[in-house]
Amino acid sequence: MSDLTASPQSVPQDSGTDAENRPIFVQEDRILGIARSTWPGILAPIIIGIFALGFWEWIVQYRQIPHYVLPGPWLIAKTLVADWGTLSGSLWITLRITFAALIAAVTVGVALAIVFTQSKWLEMSLFPYAVILQVTPVVSIAPLIIIWVGDINLSLLICAWIVAFFPILSNTILGLNSADHNLVNLFQLYKATRWQTLRYLRLPAAMPYFLGGLKISGGLALIGAVVAEFVAGSGGNASGLAYRILESGYQLRIPRMFAALIMISVTGIAIFLLTSWISHVFLRKWHESAIKREN
Amino acid sequence: MTTGAGAGHKPRPLVSIRDVSKQFANGTIAVRDVNLDLARGEFVSLLGPSGCGKSTLLRMISGLGDPSRGVIDWPTSAHDAEGHAEPDLGFVFQEPTLMPWATTLKNVMLPLTLKGVDRREAEATSANMLGLVGLKGFEGSYPRELSGGMKMRVSIARALVTRPSILLMDEPFAALDEITRHRLNDDLLKLWWEQRFTAVFVTHSVFESVYLSQRIVVMAARPGRIMADLTVDAPHPRDELFRTSAQYADLCRMASNALGKAMHG
Repeated sequence: MSDLTASPQSVPQDSGTDAENRPIFVQEDRILGIARSTWPGILAPIIIGIFALGFWEWIVQYRQIPHYVLPGPWLIAKTLVADWGTLSGSLWITLRITFAALIAAVTVGVALAIVFTQSKWLEMSLFPYAVILQVTPVVSIAPLIIIWVGDINLSLLICAWIVAFFPILSNTILGLNSADHNLVNLFQLYKATRWQTLRYLRLPAAMPYFLGGLKISGGLALIGAVVAEFVAGSGGNASGLAYRILESGYQLRIPRMFAALIMISVTGIAIFLLTSWISHVFLRKWHESAIKREN
Repeated sequence: MTTGAGAGHKPRPLVSIRDVSKQFANGTIAVRDVNLDLARGEFVSLLGPSGCGKSTLLRMISGLGDPSRGVIDWPTSAHDAEGHAEPDLGFVFQEPTLMPWATTLKNVMLPLTLKGVDRREAEATSANMLGLVGLKGFEGSYPRELSGGMKMRVSIARALVTRPSILLMDEPFAALDEITRHRLNDDLLKLWWEQRFTAVFVTHSVFESVYLSQRIVVMAARPGRIMADLTVDAPHPRDELFRTSAQYADLCRMASNALGKAMHG
């Protein structure tokens, strides 16, 4: 074998390997730290959004639509600022429940997935109940949970958790079982323990699947929290964003209803971006989904 | 080239395969009545058409999957408390079978990590092994950044990092282009010449088996069985000169005839 004094970037002429056949990856210019090809994906929706808002404001003004039917975006923005005190307090409550539910979903989902893949019997006996929990609409069991648990925040947390945990469970199980068959054999050859196989093979192999589940569950935790709040809110004992929507509806304060609605949407988008970013950070070095090849 | 494994006083073999058969659950007889001794330090190829059970035999030698009948004995290797042999072996699959989430160095380190070797020592050993397969400087690369031939080199480095007494290879270069395959053949021979492990190489290429081996075990399919045991008596080290020699052509013709006979009766 010939001597090699190369860094991965520069390979000497005759290295004795087929190093010159390595794949070539797309190298992109960056503008403000974001790849050039990413910018249209950011700018195009923003431009569409501006046009839509402009049209909305125009039609409300031109047709003189009363603000208790459809408020214009400008009025909604003003309401958002004016009512920020109440709304931000409600946002904080909804956020706390959402993230607590998501953390619980990750913990229980991953732990159960590991337990299920270690014991086929446990999986066979318990998985159907996880499915039952998933397919039962949370709206229909939320009142029961609120009655049984008593504490309103804990009930909301449980409802949001029920909705959020299943994608993590099923995706992680799929991931833990999809380690390369030959690699599993290799671990057997080296007499790896169960723990070693889990730690060095199954968990890393499950990572992309788990992160896919996390992206879905992030949104579902918010939806679960909001839906449960609606149920609790109709009983008059809640204070999150969903309750503000109900309350504004009763009082015909439609601009405020829109403001709360926008805050929920923005929260959902923020959670999606956060989970996408986490996924990117974990996968960018090795997973096919995170790289572009030059053809 | 002579037929038959030559009589006389021989030291105890590294692996002794006695009357081994393998039948799968669906009734297919993959291997029938195989008897084979592998001597320490020799380079043996298992040559045969697809479906002749050569990969199954290799896997049984490695301990992945037990024979349905017969025994595979390791007379000189350590045994565990239950009497199962614990040979120190390396295995190279048909695909590189690397962990995509780990760097080249971490991939090569895997067998040492699983054995609980101290991390710094494992890193040094693995970096050294990467150098021996011609990949010095690529320690921090991820598998996706490497070409097919380089990935196979990483796989070989991983198999050899524990300094095993036997290296089992299952058609490792079948998916590579011819130029890359020739280079890897040369480098594999060099590693074998320097480190003196026993090599068992599964292939369906007559040319590859003659170029590499001291001995070719020719197998036939349905059911998988050994048809001939040929000795390739050309001296090592071999190089490009050997590949273009008349002797090489003669040896290939003989091996090809043996394979033809095994396939068509």
